[in-house]
Amino acid sequence: MSLPDFSRNDVRPNDVSASLQVEISLPLPHFQLQCSFQTRAEVVVLFGPSGAGKTSVLDCIAGFRSPHQGHITLGERTLFSSQSGSNLPVRRRRIGYLSQQPALFPHLTVRQNVGYGLLDLPPAERDTRVDSILERFRIAPLAASRPSVISGGEQQRVALARTLACEPELLLLDEPLSALDLTLKALLLELLFDWQRERAVPILYVTHEQAEAYTLSSRVLVMEAGRVVADGEPHQIFSAPVTRAQAALSGYENLFDVVVEETHPALGTMSCRINGTALLLESPLANLTAGDAASIAVRAGDILVATSRPSGISARNILSGLILSIEDRSAMVELRVSCEAPSVPAAELGAELRPGLPAGSHVEFRAHITRGSLQSLDLHSGQTVWLILKTHSIQLLRT
Amino acid sequence: MISPLLLSLKLALVTSGLLFVIGLPVACWLAFTRFRLRFLVEALVALPIVLPPTVLGFYLLLAFGSRGWMGESWQRLTGHTLAFSFEGLVVGSVIYSLPFAVQPFTSALAAVDRRLLAASASLGAGRWRTFWRITFPLALPGIITGIALSFAHTLGEFGVVLMLGGNIAGRTQTASIAIYDNVQMLDYQAAARQSLTLIAISFALLVVIHALNRKRNWRLQ
Repeated sequence: MSLPDFSRNDVRPNDVSASLQVEISLPLPHFQLQCSFQTRAEVVVLFGPSGAGKTSVLDCIAGFRSPHQGHITLGERTLFSSQSGSNLPVRRRRIGYLSQQPALFPHLTVRQNVGYGLLDLPPAERDTRVDSILERFRIAPLAASRPSVISGGEQQRVALARTLACEPELLLLDEPLSALDLTLKALLLELLFDWQRERAVPILYVTHEQAEAYTLSSRVLVMEAGRVVADGEPHQIFSAPVTRAQAALSGYENLFDVVVEETHPALGTMSCRINGTALLLESPLANLTAGDAASIAVRAGDILVATSRPSGISARNILSGLILSIEDRSAMVELRVSCEAPSVPAAELGAELRPGLPAGSHVEFRAHITRGSLQSLDLHSGQTVWLILKTHSIQLLRT
Repeated sequence: MISPLLLSLKLALVTSGLLFVIGLPVACWLAFTRFRLRFLVEALVALPIVLPPTVLGFYLLLAFGSRGWMGESWQRLTGHTLAFSFEGLVVGSVIYSLPFAVQPFTSALAAVDRRLLAASASLGAGRWRTFWRITFPLALPGIITGIALSFAHTLGEFGVVLMLGGNIAGRTQTASIAIYDNVQMLDYQAAARQSLTLIAISFALLVVIHALNRKRNWRLQ
């Protein structure tokens, strides 16, 4: 059995080089900033009200401010340590920082802005790198423009491209999308998450909007008055799930209306049936009872694709289906797969056919895989594949 | 022998050139330091604006004389005195026009968005690269203004030159001194000709600078 390797959870999870450790204290005007946390190569949302000290934390990590005490390490590098007195200057930290303001250099073209962090490279190599990043962020047509003549969404895309061009080992995002409208937000998040999945670099994402916190990541650090007061999965931290519209704009490609069939409080899960079909999915438990209507969302990038039925796997949802189409996107390949309820009712599988429910109705899933996976699996339209969905990759939405 | 007008232009050119070299680091320090007593340095730099040129000229004359501390070392170094020489005029003019260069430099540098400088640093640029690639080009209109003002100010300088350089034709007789000289000798025609030329040059210079800055600002936003 060969499983493509692209799920966010499968990317170098134990790689020390991609881990951030923060333990800092710094007196601020109204309170003492005192926080400590660790992240790996994952997206972590730093959530909290305005003035909770979120930006100060980012400033300390980036090196714009120095904590009074503590240490900050990124991988094996010590960025700051009050004990040894080391304090790496901003320019040596290799950390990308993006805030609400794109802060593009107004006197340089888009191309020069993106290439700014690569000035030490030989010109030919720099050109190649800049070209590929302009292409990837779909800003190649703007290359010769100055920032003042392009739109706000384009400016933020250029700023993101400029930051990522330097191959940072950590990305700090301080409400980078709050000035943008929904469509632009979705596009930027897609570009950002594709990149994150590829590079397995930790991202610390600051926001004060709960909806954003909910949809962006599976881990939320809640800050209040300078302290981390909660650390966990969004559904543990927030009682109200997100809305369908919020899910759609934050890059959940698969959205379904479902009915709760059965709850399993002991397992922390429940079975949901996709409306109008016999397809059952096992989702995380929510404050719902059998018969309740809900919506669920799954990121296309969170779905694994296998060419044969996997066995001995922890994922609770394994669905067989036919590939309808294979579409080459710039950074990955999108599969459209038509699934129907499996004919083999296997109790150990979350998806099963119930008697008395309509069979044969199809549900279309979108799954993202890398080009490499596409080649090694030799996928083609009409082929039968198995889709694997972890229970916790299924996001329950408010209806 | 160099004409008074050419001498004035030469003096203005050398002075504004030196002020660019000396004034830029001073302005950088003033724009970016968090030193509490910065205002003392600012006041010192601004002093020549309020000081009567004769007062400045008088003290410089004392310092430049063969028994003054500057004049003595200069004489040991070069073999001739600093007072009543072109070099002496240059030193005097640099001090006299210092605020006209440093103040526009400082406000232009301080007006550069700090977020851009932070962005530059987080993209791996050191102070030198950030200055020459970001700060300097963005402050350029103000820097050009400072150079132009100090040029024009030196061109019209009178009191300091008179005190320091005397009125030696071909060496220290600048345009403004020559005009004064002509008026003293009741040669109003020559004085008028020279005055008009000086006005025309100064005005043309300011027009060019303002037009350049306007075009540049328009391009940036």
